[in-house]
Amino acid sequence: MDTVPDQTTQLPLAPQARNPGMGLDLDWIGRVQANTSAIERRCATLPGRRSIKKDHQAAWLLKAVSCIDLTTLSGDDTPGRVARLCAKARQPVRPDLLAALDLPNLTTGAVCVYHDMIAPARAALAGTTIPVAAVSTGFPAGLSPFHLRVAEIEESVAAGAAEIDIVISRRHVLTGNWQALYDEMQAFRRACGKAHVKAILATGELGTLRNVARASLICMMAGTDFIKTSTGKEPVNATLPVTLTMLRTIRDYHQATGHRVGYKPAGGISKAKDALIYMTLIREELGRDWLTPDLFRFGASSLLTDIERQLDHHVTGAYSAARRHPMG
Amino acid sequence: MTIPELFDSLDYGPTPESPAEALAWIESRGGIVGPFISDSWGPLRTDHDLRNPATGAHLAHMTQCTVEEVAAAVAAARKAQSKWAALTGHHRARIIYAIARLMQKHARLLAVMESLDTGKPIRESRDIDIPLAIRHFYYHAGMAQLMETELPDRAPLGVCGQIIPWNFPLLMLAWKIAPAIATGNTVVLKPAEYTPLSAMIFAEICQEAGLPPGVVNIVTGDGATGAALVAADVDKIAFTGSTEVGRQIRRATAGTGKALTLELGGKSPYIVFDDADQDSAVEGLVDAIWFNQGQVCCAGSRLLVQESIAEGFYTKLRARMETLRVGDPLDKCTDIGALIDPSQHAAITAMVEANTEGETFRSTAPDGCYYPPTLITGLSPANPLMQDEIFGPVLVASTFRTPSEAVQMANNTRYGLAASVWSENINLALDIAPKLAAGIIWINGTNMMDAAAGFGGIRDSGFEREGGWEGLRAYTKPANPPKSTAVPKRPRATDQIAPEGLDRTAKMYIDGKQARPDSGYSRVVHGAKGKLLGHVGDGNRKDIRNAVEAAAKATSWAKTTGHLRAQILYYIAENLAARADEFTVRLTTAGIPVKAATLEVETSISRLFTYAAWSDKLDGTTKDVPIRGFVLAINEPVGVIGAICPPEMPLLGTISAMAPAIAMGNRVVLVPSDIFPLAATDLYQVLDTSDVPAGVVNIITGDPAALADTLSKHMEVDAIWSFAEPALAKDIETNAATNLKRTWITRRDWIKSGEGRDFLNAATEVKTIWVPYGE
Repeated sequence: MDTVPDQTTQLPLAPQARNPGMGLDLDWIGRVQANTSAIERRCATLPGRRSIKKDHQAAWLLKAVSCIDLTTLSGDDTPGRVARLCAKARQPVRPDLLAALDLPNLTTGAVCVYHDMIAPARAALAGTTIPVAAVSTGFPAGLSPFHLRVAEIEESVAAGAAEIDIVISRRHVLTGNWQALYDEMQAFRRACGKAHVKAILATGELGTLRNVARASLICMMAGTDFIKTSTGKEPVNATLPVTLTMLRTIRDYHQATGHRVGYKPAGGISKAKDALIYMTLIREELGRDWLTPDLFRFGASSLLTDIERQLDHHVTGAYSAARRHPMG
Repeated sequence: MTIPELFDSLDYGPTPESPAEALAWIESRGGIVGPFISDSWGPLRTDHDLRNPATGAHLAHMTQCTVEEVAAAVAAARKAQSKWAALTGHHRARIIYAIARLMQKHARLLAVMESLDTGKPIRESRDIDIPLAIRHFYYHAGMAQLMETELPDRAPLGVCGQIIPWNFPLLMLAWKIAPAIATGNTVVLKPAEYTPLSAMIFAEICQEAGLPPGVVNIVTGDGATGAALVAADVDKIAFTGSTEVGRQIRRATAGTGKALTLELGGKSPYIVFDDADQDSAVEGLVDAIWFNQGQVCCAGSRLLVQESIAEGFYTKLRARMETLRVGDPLDKCTDIGALIDPSQHAAITAMVEANTEGETFRSTAPDGCYYPPTLITGLSPANPLMQDEIFGPVLVASTFRTPSEAVQMANNTRYGLAASVWSENINLALDIAPKLAAGIIWINGTNMMDAAAGFGGIRDSGFEREGGWEGLRAYTKPANPPKSTAVPKRPRATDQIAPEGLDRTAKMYIDGKQARPDSGYSRVVHGAKGKLLGHVGDGNRKDIRNAVEAAAKATSWAKTTGHLRAQILYYIAENLAARADEFTVRLTTAGIPVKAATLEVETSISRLFTYAAWSDKLDGTTKDVPIRGFVLAINEPVGVIGAICPPEMPLLGTISAMAPAIAMGNRVVLVPSDIFPLAATDLYQVLDTSDVPAGVVNIITGDPAALADTLSKHMEVDAIWSFAEPALAKDIETNAATNLKRTWITRRDWIKSGEGRDFLNAATEVKTIWVPYGE
């Protein structure tokens, strides 16, 4: 039984106001602490503390689908490959299953591609509300000339990307150049205009959880709409400790400013069970409000297949096989 | 709800663990639990009614064991003991290993039964209680295997009576039984009257594992059965439970020679410094005070937050409390289950409602035996809720300004079980840990436990350790114990006076100065043939008071280096050696033959060297526990030790008590031999010339029984040793219950066996410091 009634859960969620950012507060950055062992303990015990079964689990998994940024970021992407991905985004789960689950119009949260694939993606998604997200700013390393990185954002926005996933300059974090990181993020946000911006921290390259927390706060202060863990190209991508660290900075930022910033773990989440654990962590640390595509996305590709199989099992009672679910 | 509705609400939904198998287990055993003695069950009677605290539903009936039934269990244990101890360590290890394996196989049954019986969340019994209990048996299977080679000088105590509480029934059973049987003891265990069910499954596991009959016996019943066990023919009582019952057991066993381990209550501080990872510290509190509904002896129940961050920290904490789920213990999403019994609910409610100070915040709980997580901020140390153990999910909080004030507030308690320190500054954290008066310190963590690490407290939280090598001390004794020696006869007074040159006035030695006895009276000292040799002061309770005050004040001795303490002990030896002839002559005037007197003086000098040597060598250890981090076991001084020296060997007896105590950083109040105190009073000048800081050694002459009475009742005295007449033991140990001071009663040959590990152990407490790390 839920003994802490959440008053907001039954209300329709209003579209999120964007994060306007704030001045760079270096005192705050200086106070940031992250105790790795304690954070790991919280993450290790969480799956034992919350369990989601049956209809509830199906509903949570459907929510996960609605929050997926279905992604292809390969050098060999072609319009045909992207069209296939977009078809999957429009119909992420077999229609018979969605009908049985009473959510026939479910789509993924977005489709995420490189700049050159924006146009094919837009074409393939015509007639839907599914946004196209483009990785940008010299993704994944972010080491191309600054003016080109800004220009890349502008071109992608012009090409119709509704969301831009930028990569931060890791060197600014590693050298403690917070002002430079703040300025860079502000410039990227400005360049995005109406498009929403997700700041990829590449947490696997930041060395410590404290750096993750500091970089998260700087990007939020500079006005990012989302903070995102990884490009998917680093040796270590999304992890629960990194997630918990980032969620806690989102909570602190919200507490201090009233602005809600979204969260996107990317890379390495491929199982339905893992998705539930991430969502549980968000529900516990940030609350139900954050579990909406406006404030939460999974950057994933193979996760969807596993979720489909679980949903199939939920509907039919029999374990499913991947080949029975259309590929993306 | 429909799936689209759930898609919006994202509720967790019910995820109940089924009680069916556990209930069927009870049913299949006739619905009654009772004693397990020498491998057979019964008698089974319906004396007690066991209820599920979460629902109030009947679970089973239980026998209330009588004095005779307890005696039968003890007799069965006695009968089995020598055979069990005679098995090879490997043989015992195989059986204990089998117990661990079988517990693992029945882990879910044990977990569900534990939650049914106690009301604790299934998450905790499944993920914490049962795995830790199993780990304890694995660990101690290894101890059985290694005992012969690693502890060749130790032997089992014999039959151990063990009384455990209702908050962790199986885990406490494991903590008690595993080390006892690993070292060759046999046991009679009494589970708490509320929670015997997991012990019943355990008894069946023992049978399956091939444990010989009588090695583990279980008696069921309430406090009366426990009292019968304490009074029975056992060699040891190990008790975990309330401080009040601990005191009763201390009194009941006083003077009986029964070994005693007490794990009692606590009011453990949880200190959050301004540089802590506050979110992690908040989460730590969930594991500290909202673990097992706060019914945990080592719960971090007293929050001390640095003033500069307090409001923000409380805000985070209150937000976290809102997401705690209180309810059905068998639901996998439950954080906080039911209290053990409505009486516990009433007790907690009464304590909290009596409070009128501070600001109370509570989240919600369902009706029934549930209590909402509660935070009371803005309390001062004077508030009873900051001093008394609540044993429920109620956290009380106060603020401090500086690290030293944090230590002061943390230590302002009768208890001394555990403490948590949260700071990202390693210098600060490691500086604070040794200063906290507690047996267990967690740095940036809380409620961490493992079989390899010692667990146990100081002060009113009890004594002895459970777990690790140090835990085995409490279940073993020297294989070749020192032979007890007879107390010498007192000389009969005559009216002869021994001519001794210029009259000397022996006073008390208090705070580094000679002080006249408060009473203004003197005691006559006679030689062996009854001649009057001189006078010493007739010490009284005020002299003891002054001496203890001086000793308590000399705290810097505990913090000084082992090297410096060694230097001072060597210096005492040097100065004693310089006056060896004088001391030898002095001893001969007491009728001690020259050869014996010479040996006594020489041995005294050697003994001082022994403890000078030990001063910087009783190393602590690091423990191999399954976390990333260090767990340090450091040997800390006990504090102020009162020692009643043996009546014989007046010089060596005094040195034998003084030297180990001060070598380990304690301060002592010595009551020297009343037959010939002049050998001790002669030491004043030796101490004065040896740079012994004031208050470290205090000597009060007088009637040992009267002085021991005052010393053993004194709340500032942390331990009392008696090497005098065995008749004093009962009074001393009875009085020691007041503040649960450690006691050590021994008589021995002071030349042959008057030094060594036993003395060092008595002079130290193991403090376990958990230092998880990682960046």
